[in-house]
Amino acid sequence: MDKAKIAKQFIAAIPHSRALGMELTEIGQGFAVIEMPYAEHLVGDPVTGVVHGGAVSALMDTCCGAAAMSHPSSPAGTATIDLRIDYMRPATPGQTIVTRAECYNITRSVAFVRATAVDDDADNPVAMATGAFTVER
Amino acid sequence: MARRRPEPVQVIKQRRDAALNALVHGVPYINFLGIEFDRRGDELTAILPYDDKLIGNPLIPAIHGGAISGFLEVAAVIGLSWATLWDEIERGEMDADEIIKGHLPRLPKTIDFTVDYLRSGLPRDAYARAKVNRSGRRYASVHVEAWQDNRQRAFAQATGHFLMPRREV
Repeated sequence: MDKAKIAKQFIAAIPHSRALGMELTEIGQGFAVIEMPYAEHLVGDPVTGVVHGGAVSALMDTCCGAAAMSHPSSPAGTATIDLRIDYMRPATPGQTIVTRAECYNITRSVAFVRATAVDDDADNPVAMATGAFTVER
Repeated sequence: MARRRPEPVQVIKQRRDAALNALVHGVPYINFLGIEFDRRGDELTAILPYDDKLIGNPLIPAIHGGAISGFLEVAAVIGLSWATLWDEIERGEMDADEIIKGHLPRLPKTIDFTVDYLRSGLPRDAYARAKVNRSGRRYASVHVEAWQDNRQRAFAQATGHFLMPRREV
């Protein structure tokens, strides 16, 4: 079985990602795209219906992890060392959030990843993240 | 001039708990994660009861990093919000009964949030406490620490910056 298929199934096997409705739509050599459709239980502001930052973090974390794992120099799994997220604007209620993560550098022990989250207005990111992940050997 | 007799302790406690409860349970994502808050005076402890849906790595098993950051962010936002509300309620500028009736105050907005994952989250309950390091009229800086069995061994910590909601004066 190829690595892309393994990663896809791995994401599907993560209970928390499944509970949030995440779907891996693309994976390559050190990059991944994961979508999270809008859902009532993700709402953080009941007045406006905007998705909670925590749900966006979970999406970013999963996507960055998938990108780290999919890198050709990454033999196996990964764990987050740290992750910083900048929230530029609230995601528009009702729209799917799409995150694209890229592992732009990898050493023997650390994978450096960055990610961008957008909604339908893809030119105006909702959030951006940078993180360091372990390289499991 | 005679001082007004303080209200009975039970009345005050009940009102504070109800206001906190309304604030917390008005947010669907907080209910989805199952987070509760324990209040002792103005100090809050966030509690994340273990649930299978929080798992990120079924093999270890460990709690998902995203669930941990979500928990920390909720602890920070509610901790910050409660700290400002507490002062406003005590000074009589904010009526706790209004919050209980569902007129929820606007919550602070996250500008950025950085999480350090120190240890993997075990399949047990987790706790978190937020410390507001600075809270100005527009911006606030909050640090959060989360632990599981042992308070001295944090399994995650985070620092975040928040935009404070505008208050109509």
